[in-house]
Amino acid sequence: MWILKRMAFYLLVGGIVFVAVFPFYYAIVTSLKSGTDLFRTDLWPTTVSLANYRNVLTEGTFVRNLLNSLFVSGAVVALSLLLGVTAAYALARIRFRGRSALLFTILSVSMFPQVAVLAGLFELIRTFGLYNSLFALIFSYMIFTLPFTVWVLTTFVRDLPLEVEEAAILDGATPWIIITRVFLPLMWPALATTGLLAFIGAWNEFLFALTFTSNNAQRTVPVAIALISGNSQFEIPWGNIMAASVIVTVPLVVLVLIFQRKIVSGLTAGGVKG
Amino acid sequence: MVTPQRPSRPRHPRQQETRASGSAVARAQPAPETAAAQRPPSRLMRQRVRSAWLFLAPMLLVLAAVAGWPLARTVYFSFTDASLADLDARQWVGFANYFSVLRMPSGRTLYDGLLVDPVWWRAVWNTVRFTVISVTCETILGMIVALVLNAEFVGRGIVRAAILIPWAIPTIVSAKMWQWMLNDQFGIINVVLLNLGLISGKIAWTASADTAMAAVLIVDIWKTTPFMALLILAALQMLPGEIIEVAKLDGANPWQIFWRVTLPLIRPAVMVAVIFRALDALRIFDLIYVLTPNNVHTKSMSVFARENLFEFDKFAYGSAASTLLFLILALLTIVTIRIGRISLDGGR
Repeated sequence: MWILKRMAFYLLVGGIVFVAVFPFYYAIVTSLKSGTDLFRTDLWPTTVSLANYRNVLTEGTFVRNLLNSLFVSGAVVALSLLLGVTAAYALARIRFRGRSALLFTILSVSMFPQVAVLAGLFELIRTFGLYNSLFALIFSYMIFTLPFTVWVLTTFVRDLPLEVEEAAILDGATPWIIITRVFLPLMWPALATTGLLAFIGAWNEFLFALTFTSNNAQRTVPVAIALISGNSQFEIPWGNIMAASVIVTVPLVVLVLIFQRKIVSGLTAGGVKG
Repeated sequence: MVTPQRPSRPRHPRQQETRASGSAVARAQPAPETAAAQRPPSRLMRQRVRSAWLFLAPMLLVLAAVAGWPLARTVYFSFTDASLADLDARQWVGFANYFSVLRMPSGRTLYDGLLVDPVWWRAVWNTVRFTVISVTCETILGMIVALVLNAEFVGRGIVRAAILIPWAIPTIVSAKMWQWMLNDQFGIINVVLLNLGLISGKIAWTASADTAMAAVLIVDIWKTTPFMALLILAALQMLPGEIIEVAKLDGANPWQIFWRVTLPLIRPAVMVAVIFRALDALRIFDLIYVLTPNNVHTKSMSVFARENLFEFDKFAYGSAASTLLFLILALLTIVTIRIGRISLDGGR
């Protein structure tokens, strides 16, 4: 009986792992097939071919799209953290009138349907001549990275010991000195987690990138992958799509696996502590 | 919660009489926010509040520029007849995009606008159906995965890492991966199901009317259950172990322990996770747009709005749809926050 229970449990565990991992595994297998091998549903590649990867990296603009995504996501993370750190200190440590209302506003913005601002953002971006430029994306991505960053950093700063700050105040430190000299050194773990999550968010964004760019050279990776097409709708280059998908996903999966504990704590701070 | 609590100060009638000259001034002053602030704020406090606003200013400015202003413009556009080609040549049309009555010369009355548009209501229905089914499945499956991960067994770390993979994969990539697996001709899912004898012919999962929504649901549940599981797991790990030990000593079986002890204790955390997921699901765009393009059976409110804004040259109509979507979500957010009593206090 005991053994039967144990076996059922491990069967469940095996099932969970299989369902979680198989689609990505199959994408990797597909990306290594070429020619007519693609249309045979083998579970492992019989002949390994890197042709799909060569196609994706040499033909078209995929490398440019990768660089675009890196630039946009990096800039978005840097800006959000810069604006988020000071805001989080003010929200977590200073009592002032309207603080709860402000926190409520920030939380609401993070739940915003992005379509609701699409028309207004489009007008704004066109007015400033940013249409079809990466700066339009950096600007618009702040709508979801900034509230998230502020929220998570606020919950983190709130939990830092009060004594550290009081000692600094006694020494005559101004709030700016307290942030840069006292809190910043303590905040690196939180900054790394929030930055990573914001990076993933920006890296994966699709709606704004699809709407605010119009040619291949300016596109980010998700849009590029979504729009890869063959000569006709019956000739979708699945091998290329899977190779591009694997290239985009492997760095993320590696990052997530390295930082998994931090990510889980960051997610719960953003979600559950609400 | 949002309104600051005002301390009620007992007013002695005679005291008020003696200070009659000063009472008008005293009453005119706004009530202090907290008990501590009743003393005149020190120079240090004033300095700190001043710097608080200075620190918040850049963030607030960016949020206003990227969220507040565009939202106001979207709402404004929904009351005009703006078109994508020339946004500036627009005229105020009132509620015509939402609802209008046309009287035909023949005497017939026609109704027009978003509120009587069957395609819009179809999109609303699709979105609501998607949200209810996906969040329900994700909560149940997430709970199972969380309970498994909360048990002690060999290789728990590996399983935890493995379930993070779907979460880490970009939505567009997972849509494409599944589109390939669900491909009608060469997809592995059709091949496996055929070989097992579960289906008699190949199914065009993402195109056919009966299965398109199911395909969207499968991919979304696959991708988002890990998030649910991790949030529930965090709640489970905060439970004090003694409670369950005591229940075991009392002779409760695992089933009873789960329903009577564990579930009530983690319910608040699960509710918050459900609310976040539901709000997220209601605005779904990218998965549906990529996995099942141009399919009326899966088209969500966001897809409908973007389509009208940028593909059908009905910018104002799309703005009206965006505005309605925003109103629906705002209403739901306020209601759930009120009901769920999520604490919004910044702490100390």
